[in-house]
Amino acid sequence: MTAATWRKIAIATAVHIAFVAFWWLAVILGDVPEYILPTPWLALKTLGEPNFNWVFHFTATAQEIFGGYILAVVVGVAFAMFFTWSARLDAALMPLLVTLNMIPKVAMAPLFIVWLRFGIQTNIVITFTICFFPILLNTARGLREVEPDLLDLVRALNGSRWQIFSKIQLPGALPYVFSGMKVATVLAVAGAIVGEFIQSDRGLGWFMLVTQEALNTDAMVMALMLVTLIGVVLYGSVILLERIFVVQDARVE
Amino acid sequence: MAESFISLTDVRKVYRTRREEIEAIQNISIEVQAGELVSIVGPSGCGKSTLLKILAGLHPHDGGEVRIGSAAEPFDPSRDVGMVFQQPLLLKWRRILENVLLPAEILGLPMKQSRERARDLLAMVGLAGFETNYPYQLSGGMQQRAAIARALVHDPKLILMDEPFGALDALTREKMNLELMQIWRESRKTILFVTHGIQEAVFLGSHVAVMTARPARLAEYMTIDLPEKRDLAIKTQENFGEYTRRIYKLLDMD
Repeated sequence: MTAATWRKIAIATAVHIAFVAFWWLAVILGDVPEYILPTPWLALKTLGEPNFNWVFHFTATAQEIFGGYILAVVVGVAFAMFFTWSARLDAALMPLLVTLNMIPKVAMAPLFIVWLRFGIQTNIVITFTICFFPILLNTARGLREVEPDLLDLVRALNGSRWQIFSKIQLPGALPYVFSGMKVATVLAVAGAIVGEFIQSDRGLGWFMLVTQEALNTDAMVMALMLVTLIGVVLYGSVILLERIFVVQDARVE
Repeated sequence: MAESFISLTDVRKVYRTRREEIEAIQNISIEVQAGELVSIVGPSGCGKSTLLKILAGLHPHDGGEVRIGSAAEPFDPSRDVGMVFQQPLLLKWRRILENVLLPAEILGLPMKQSRERARDLLAMVGLAGFETNYPYQLSGGMQQRAAIARALVHDPKLILMDEPFGALDALTREKMNLELMQIWRESRKTILFVTHGIQEAVFLGSHVAVMTARPARLAEYMTIDLPEKRDLAIKTQENFGEYTRRIYKLLDMD
C-alpha cells in the first residue's frame, strides 16, 4: 500500500474516533440523562449482560442481512443477463420491473409475514426484495452500455453472440454490478431490521423493540451499533471484492 | 494492369426514414490496388464511415457492386479486416497485450503464435515494455498505437481506419502520421484511411478519394504523385500544396 493509502486510512480512523469522543463529551457536558442517550462506554457495558443474549440476536440479524443480500446479488445479476440476452424479454418486462421497483418494499413486509409467517427466512425474503432492484437495474445498464464501434469490431470478425457477451459485455458490466451492490448494502440492513420490527422473535431489531419497553436506552444504542457493524462488514467485503475484480480505472464511483 | 484488390462499382447506400430516403452514398466507383494506402477525405456526414462499414461487411449496400480480393490476393471477409476507430476502444480490464490479442481470440487462432506476433507488433508501434500495463496507464496516442497493433494481430489484408488520429493533439497526430507511414511500408497492407484532415489525407495517401456531402458522392479520385518514403518536409513542397489546394477547391472551401 502506498503512503497516500495509509494517510487515507489514518484520516478515516481519526475521524471515527473524533466522532465517538464528541458523542461522549456531548453527553457528559450536556448532562444528558442516560435514558435519552448513554455514553459510548455505558452502551458498550451492556455487552456484559448475559440476559441480553447478544450472540443469538446478532447471528440472527447477520443471517438475514447476508442471506437476503447474497440471494439478491445472484438472482439480480442472473435476471439482468437473461434480459439483456433477449431484446424482446427486455422490452416486455423492463417497464413492469420499473413499476414494481416503485412499490415501497418496506410496505411489502407485512404481506410477506402473512404469506410466509415470521422468522429468519421471511426476513431474508424482505431483505432480498429490497436489494434486488438496484442490483438488477445497474447490471442491466452495464450490460447494455457497450461502445457500438467495439461491437462492430467484433462483428467484422464474425464474432459470436457468446463472444461479445463473455469478452465484452460481461466484464464491461462488472463495475456497474458493484455499483448496484454498494447501493444495496444500505438497503439490506434496513430490510432486515424492518422485518424484525414488524413481527419476529429474535434479531437486533426485535431486541431494540423489547429493550425500548424497559427504556434500556444503553442496550438499544448498543444494538444499533452492532447492526451498523454488520452493515460496515458487508460494505467492506463488497469494496474488497471490487478491488480484486475491477481494474482501477473501470470502477464506477 | 492486374486485377484490383478492391473494386467498387456504382455503390449506393440509402437510409430510409419514415418520410424520405436519404442517399448516404451516391454511385461511388473506386479501384484500389493491393498494398495501397487510400485516404478518404470529406466533410462530416458525407458517408465516409458508411463506406468503411460496407467494406467491413457490417452494412449492406443498396446498389452497385462491391468486390474485395483478387485471384492473387484472396480475401476472407471474416478474418481479413482490421479496424481502427477514432477512440482506441481498448478493454479497460485487459492488459495491453491481452487487448491486442482480442481479434486472435475471436477468430480462434493459435494463441502461442498470436502472443508472439502481438509482442512483435507492440514493439513495431513503439510499445515494447508496456505489454502488462492497463490502458489507463497509457496516453491517448499510446492507446491508439495499441489499437493499431490490435488491428494487425490477425494479419488481415485490409485495414480500415476511421479518423484514427482525430482525437489526438496536433503534434501527436503528426507523429502518428509518420509512424503509420512506416507501419504501412513495413507491413504492405492495403489501408483505407478516413479523415477530416486534408493535409493528413495527402501526406498519407497513395491516392485520395475526395467526397462531397449532399449529394454524397465521389468528387475526385486523385493519385498523389509523391515519393513513397515521405517525411514532414514534404508538406512544404510545391506539389503537396497543389494537391491540398485542389482538395479545398473540390470541397468548396477556397
